[in-house]
Amino acid sequence: MKKIYMMEDLDCANCAAKMEEAISKIEGVASARVSYLAQKLILEADDARLDEIMAEVVKTCRRIEPGCRIILE
Amino acid sequence: MSKKQKNLIRILAAAALLAVAWALPLQGIWQLLAYCVPYFIVGWDVLWGAVRKIFRGNLLDEQFLMSVATIGAFALGDYREAVAVMLFYQIGEWFQGVAVGKSRRDIAALMDLRPDYANVLRDGQEERVSPEEVAVGETIVIHPGEKIPLDGVIRQGSTAVDTAALTGESLPQEKAAGDRVVSGTVNLTGSITVCTESLYGESTAARILELVENAAGQKARVENFITRFAHWYTPCVVAGAALLAVLPPLLFSQSWGVWVQRALVFLVVSCPCALVVSVPLSFFGGIGGASRRGILIKGAGFLEALAKAKTVVFDKTGTLTRGSFTVTRICPQQGTEQELLALAAAAESFSHHPIAQSVVAAYGLPIEPGRVTEAREHTGRGIEAVIDGRRVYAGNDRLMREIGVACGEDTAAGTVIHLASEGAYLGYLIIADTPKPDAAGAIRALKAAGVEKTVMLTGDKQAVAAAVAEELRLDEYRAELLPADKVTAVEELLPTGSPLVFVGDGINDAPVLARADVGVAMGALGSDAAIEAADVVLMDDAPAKLPLAVAIARRTMRIVWENVIFALAVKALVMALGAAGEANLWFAVFADVGVLVLAILNAMRALLVPQK
Repeated sequence: MKKIYMMEDLDCANCAAKMEEAISKIEGVASARVSYLAQKLILEADDARLDEIMAEVVKTCRRIEPGCRIILE
Repeated sequence: MSKKQKNLIRILAAAALLAVAWALPLQGIWQLLAYCVPYFIVGWDVLWGAVRKIFRGNLLDEQFLMSVATIGAFALGDYREAVAVMLFYQIGEWFQGVAVGKSRRDIAALMDLRPDYANVLRDGQEERVSPEEVAVGETIVIHPGEKIPLDGVIRQGSTAVDTAALTGESLPQEKAAGDRVVSGTVNLTGSITVCTESLYGESTAARILELVENAAGQKARVENFITRFAHWYTPCVVAGAALLAVLPPLLFSQSWGVWVQRALVFLVVSCPCALVVSVPLSFFGGIGGASRRGILIKGAGFLEALAKAKTVVFDKTGTLTRGSFTVTRICPQQGTEQELLALAAAAESFSHHPIAQSVVAAYGLPIEPGRVTEAREHTGRGIEAVIDGRRVYAGNDRLMREIGVACGEDTAAGTVIHLASEGAYLGYLIIADTPKPDAAGAIRALKAAGVEKTVMLTGDKQAVAAAVAEELRLDEYRAELLPADKVTAVEELLPTGSPLVFVGDGINDAPVLARADVGVAMGALGSDAAIEAADVVLMDDAPAKLPLAVAIARRTMRIVWENVIFALAVKALVMALGAAGEANLWFAVFADVGVLVLAILNAMRALLVPQK
């Protein structure tokens, strides 16, 4: 299923592009789009393993842009 | 104080301190320290970010590369340049944040559809609740000036509704009991009570907001190109810098200082930022600007295809034509037009057929019930009635032949009603579906914009299609098509190499919308099926919105390519001059930040949509 997450302090467009690339490579992620303009992550991933995948996504983002946070509801 | 304001103060303070350090007659270590003050003020977060990234093994990061470039400049004794590079880098970042924030706010303001509350009537009491809490079939009250929170039908009251937020049309629409109102529009003049027909999540406003927000999820081909390019650009530039710093001194025993300095120029332009920011920003602006005019584009890819479209295929009924019948010609053989129309209206007044009703509507005056007796329908042929004691026949040529009255050949573009009475031919009316007033203008505008072929598809008969095609100056038409034939027709037209646009009203043509490169549904206000199936949604049913959409798409693509070419050209120039020793760090950082600022300003133009 497609899920949309807000991102806080995503301050650089190139980092967004790198995050998108890195998140797309996480296992279980069907597609990922990080929009610098919308400050959003649009993620299509395996529902059953969503928590696990999101943990990995958060870690990936922290590695690329330490200041940026994904808001998990 | 916001982060952006703090950063601006840091930038200004550092600039002032740089000027001070420049002016003071200091030497040696004191000079270095004087330059370090503005350097750390403006660059501490970049340096700290770089340190953190070293530990995360992320060495191709722009913060890290900027840190290397500036520390390198310090090491070579170019203190001023080092501070300036950091300063301008931060100015670029600051500007980017401000510009993007502004664009986002502009678009959010355009899409100001989200209703804050609904006044629901429960147990005779008006209660203010969140729109999400209202069930289907409840009664809500909307006062003047309030946003309509949910789709529904007016029970009581009449008002004027401002649909500008959805359609871009500023003329208010009159609505009375029994009319449908849609969420996201604004009630202007009178209080109305409305029976709700949708939950908030399925209402027009919610659907449109969702659609606009998701438009960011689809990329244009040029965006994919930029992503791939950005992926390789930084590593290549860094590798180039490393080779430039190392090879000439090693191979040709040149001076290390000169070549390291030239390599630093490469690092300064190593971020593909101008491209990575400005291209999506342009699309964001184009899509946002279009939505302000009632044109919803579901992704940058469709904007790109729309800009390149050479073939536009239209459905006829409801798209180019009004989809309702009107009397277009009255040709009496005896008497006046008004007499013939009055007779026809009287004869047709008993029928509920849409064609009969259009005749009655064209007459416009009430018909006294006593005048018409013995009305009888001849299925598929027409009507026989006694009017004011006279036996009148109204119908097609077959009916005329049956009663032995000679009439002209039926070749007209529309439905012909012949009238005869007591063996005499009285004349005929032509009833047709007429083109929308702006249809011809829309076709002309598309042609002027470079669309090569306009085609109309219709299930209607040949003569009707020919007349409409002639009137609107379409290049081609295909008539007498079944719904499935329309898909086949579009498939035949598809392989031209350039994108094909299909425009329909979203009713019954979902398969064709899906098959076309760009499916455009018009008149979609309140039609969920059309919003789902189409790639581009025109909120009202004016064909003139289509050339506007194409114009917006073309303009956006031009801005995108201007930015791509400009940014690449400047970076290439800086590197070429840098390698040749003709460009110093000042030049590099001015060029790099300059490109970023200009590309962003150019991209922000995409949001400004021409009014006509």
